[in-house]
Amino acid sequence: MRSSLRLGIERLRSAGNLGWSVAALIIAFLAAAPLVAVALIGMQSSGDTWPHLISTVLPSSALTTLELMLGVGVTTLVTGAGTAWLVTMFRFPGRSLFAWLLLVPLAMPTYIIAFCYLDLFDYSGAVQSALRGIFGWQSAADYSFPEIRSVGGGIVVMSFVLYPYVYVTARVSFVHQSVAALEVSRTLGRTAWGTFWSVALPLARPALAAGVTLALMETINDIGAVEFLGIDTLTVNIYTTWLERSSLPGAAQISCIMLLFVFLLISIERAARRRQRFHHTTGTYTALPEQKLGPAAATLAMIACALPIVIGFILPMSVLFDSAFANLAEGLKPDFWRAAGHSLMLALAAASLAVALGLVLAYAIRATRSKLIHAATALASVGYAVPGTVLAIGVLIPLAGFDNSLDAMMRSVFGISTGLLLSGSAAVLVIAYTVRFLAISFGTIDAGFKKTSVNLDGAARTMGATVTQTLLRVHLPIMTPVLGAAGLLVFVDSMKELPATLLLRPFNFDTLATHVYTLASLDLFEDAAMAALAIVVIGLAPVLLMHRAITTGRPGARFMR
Amino acid sequence: MDSLTARRAGRYAALTLLTSVTFGSVAQAAGEVNIYSYRQPYLIAPLLKDFTAKTGIKANVIYAKKGLIERIAVEGRNSPADVLLTVDIGRLTGAVSKGISQPVNSATLNNNIPAAYRDPSGHWFGLTARARVVYASKARVAQNAITYEELADPKWKGKICIRSGQHAYNVALIASMIAHHGEQKAQHWLEGLKANLAQKPAGSDRAQVKGVFSGVCDIAIGNSYYMAKMQTNDKNPEQKQWANAVKLLFPNSEGRGVHINISGIVLAKYAPNKANGIALMEYLSSAAAQKIYAQVNHEYPVRKGVAWSARVKSWGTFKPDPLALEMIARLRKKASELVDKVRFNDGPGS
Repeated sequence: MRSSLRLGIERLRSAGNLGWSVAALIIAFLAAAPLVAVALIGMQSSGDTWPHLISTVLPSSALTTLELMLGVGVTTLVTGAGTAWLVTMFRFPGRSLFAWLLLVPLAMPTYIIAFCYLDLFDYSGAVQSALRGIFGWQSAADYSFPEIRSVGGGIVVMSFVLYPYVYVTARVSFVHQSVAALEVSRTLGRTAWGTFWSVALPLARPALAAGVTLALMETINDIGAVEFLGIDTLTVNIYTTWLERSSLPGAAQISCIMLLFVFLLISIERAARRRQRFHHTTGTYTALPEQKLGPAAATLAMIACALPIVIGFILPMSVLFDSAFANLAEGLKPDFWRAAGHSLMLALAAASLAVALGLVLAYAIRATRSKLIHAATALASVGYAVPGTVLAIGVLIPLAGFDNSLDAMMRSVFGISTGLLLSGSAAVLVIAYTVRFLAISFGTIDAGFKKTSVNLDGAARTMGATVTQTLLRVHLPIMTPVLGAAGLLVFVDSMKELPATLLLRPFNFDTLATHVYTLASLDLFEDAAMAALAIVVIGLAPVLLMHRAITTGRPGARFMR
Repeated sequence: MDSLTARRAGRYAALTLLTSVTFGSVAQAAGEVNIYSYRQPYLIAPLLKDFTAKTGIKANVIYAKKGLIERIAVEGRNSPADVLLTVDIGRLTGAVSKGISQPVNSATLNNNIPAAYRDPSGHWFGLTARARVVYASKARVAQNAITYEELADPKWKGKICIRSGQHAYNVALIASMIAHHGEQKAQHWLEGLKANLAQKPAGSDRAQVKGVFSGVCDIAIGNSYYMAKMQTNDKNPEQKQWANAVKLLFPNSEGRGVHINISGIVLAKYAPNKANGIALMEYLSSAAAQKIYAQVNHEYPVRKGVAWSARVKSWGTFKPDPLALEMIARLRKKASELVDKVRFNDGPGS
């Protein structure tokens, strides 16, 4: 046993991979620590939590969660991949505008869009009231209208703010695709549509899987939208078990089982494409052949691209817009600017850290092909599916434990108290965001690596480059768009992160998201609108930058000009 | 300054620098009080401003809706929390059973707060009371008195709006039904109420009143102070119309009394500024603070002799349910389980 371990280490060292393996394992271990803490809480007895849940709401709420996941999975896949394909492969009016507008709904927090849709579409809402006015209906019995407080409503509301995960990963993948493969397909008689189905889509599979996984994990951990819409998901039951029945262990156990399920889902998807390769094999890069669409097709393409933006952004914003401007002066108080500053700083720090760590993890997996690192990373990245507040407590336990031990030591040795060094400062927020969103950066970067031929590594190594040099000189230059995409997603997600921020922040400390929430929870959405808009506007700057990085980042783009 | 203290000071300076680099250092200096609050900062801001003006003690606040009790527990002896503010009796007793509170024996508090609204052993103190009332449509509901029991009567079929059964306010109401009628009857009642719902229970208390306004239901259940919040909402004047469409009825006021919940406060076990924490608690029970609670938040002050706000007065007086608050706290778990058992949140017709 020991000798085989030594052998393994020796092999890694001779291949120049030891440092990468150790670094990756340490990162994965640290990122998994909060989950381990949650699992440990779950080890305590939860009394009669399970008999109660199983005999009452658990079966139906598991089913509801599955329905929601299925709906959001399919909708985000179709919307994200479809629009990414359109804006990458075809020329039609407004294409470059759509290309980045399609990212914008990402900045819309789920609880805000849920509120807006309820405001628009429930019985008391503007749409039904108008219909009643027009047709003279007296009550709900006179007509039928789809109920927004339903799984269907939840699918719409969530899908159209989550599809950008798929859109971003798919677009990066499409931009990077091999023209040769597409041309071969066309030469062999496939139509443009057929090529999309049978060549481009399968080749983009790792990217699509990464994007859909992110959207699904976000769906599972959501509490804001499902509470508004009265959808009884497992996460709702986690909170009820914890808060109304005072069983944190029970809540932790449901979380762990949910995680196990997510872990299983990811593993099945990975196993299904284990023996497949998705990178292209030629070194020839030519510009993507963009097809100009005729008037009818162009109109359809424009509608297809506009629809997600309307549903995920313009419609909900129209609810907030009036009041946002009516209360403009009030909204832009010093509090607001301070919160905006906090949000920007934290999101930048978290995005940089998450991208750096995600890169180490993804590259270590590529360089070592170690199953251990693979498993550790997969474990570390399912944390994203844990409801935010539960994960926040998981983050707090090891950090406060560290702080308290350090404090005890400093007290006994030096007679001074260091207090809660990490967990009592805003550093805890950067750590929490990084842990929570590592799945995003890792998933995006890993999918990007899968698009890069291993022959590149081989060639670099043959010419004497070390593993590290290969990363710096070969991969980093061509991975810039991927890293940018990963950074963008983490940045925007950190900007709108709410549950962990609320619980872990220091005294008198607000971010834009907590600012919006505090006002929103008072039913003062009118005041909150300004800050909600700001999340979007501030989120837009990196979206623009990112968009440039994606489109100019095609390998060989430099040489083609 | 001898060399040891100098070295200590140096280290301390370095550490202070380190913490301030990670922005937002822990507030432990004299003259401060650290508040962990389940209450929205907005609601307590005027009180804290007045407190600081009177005492010179600076108030620091962390507000969150969930998990503050757990945060204090995990932070342990280094927790900066001095006091915890809650909006429900369940959180108060929850903090005590989690072991994060310490008893306070203050003649001021004991004089200001009636015994029914504080823990006999001094671990928690109620600050304000709110009634869980019925908002009935002026146009469609003729009666001017009602009981909670009556809400399960089939005559209200399809006419009632209420937020999630698992919301702390509803869980407490259901717990009071269990206390009065036993579990079995409470379950029948809850099933009856569910059958009478107009739509799936979701949204806020105010959203239910909006339901009455727009005609989706005739009756909404909500906390008393929302009436005033809607009536005085200049930012969203539409809410004034919602309030105008309903009359506020105090259920069971003629009988066993109206269900009451409290917001309250706990002194943290390791409060670093204990004296300031107690000073804040005493201040919040003072006539001046209780008056602000009454006038600004339109809640019922727990302190005797403090005038209600004019709006609150206009709804009339009522008899509160004398049921012990600890009893409601104790029955919360059962109540929450009952909500699951009758599938309350699935809504009508399920």
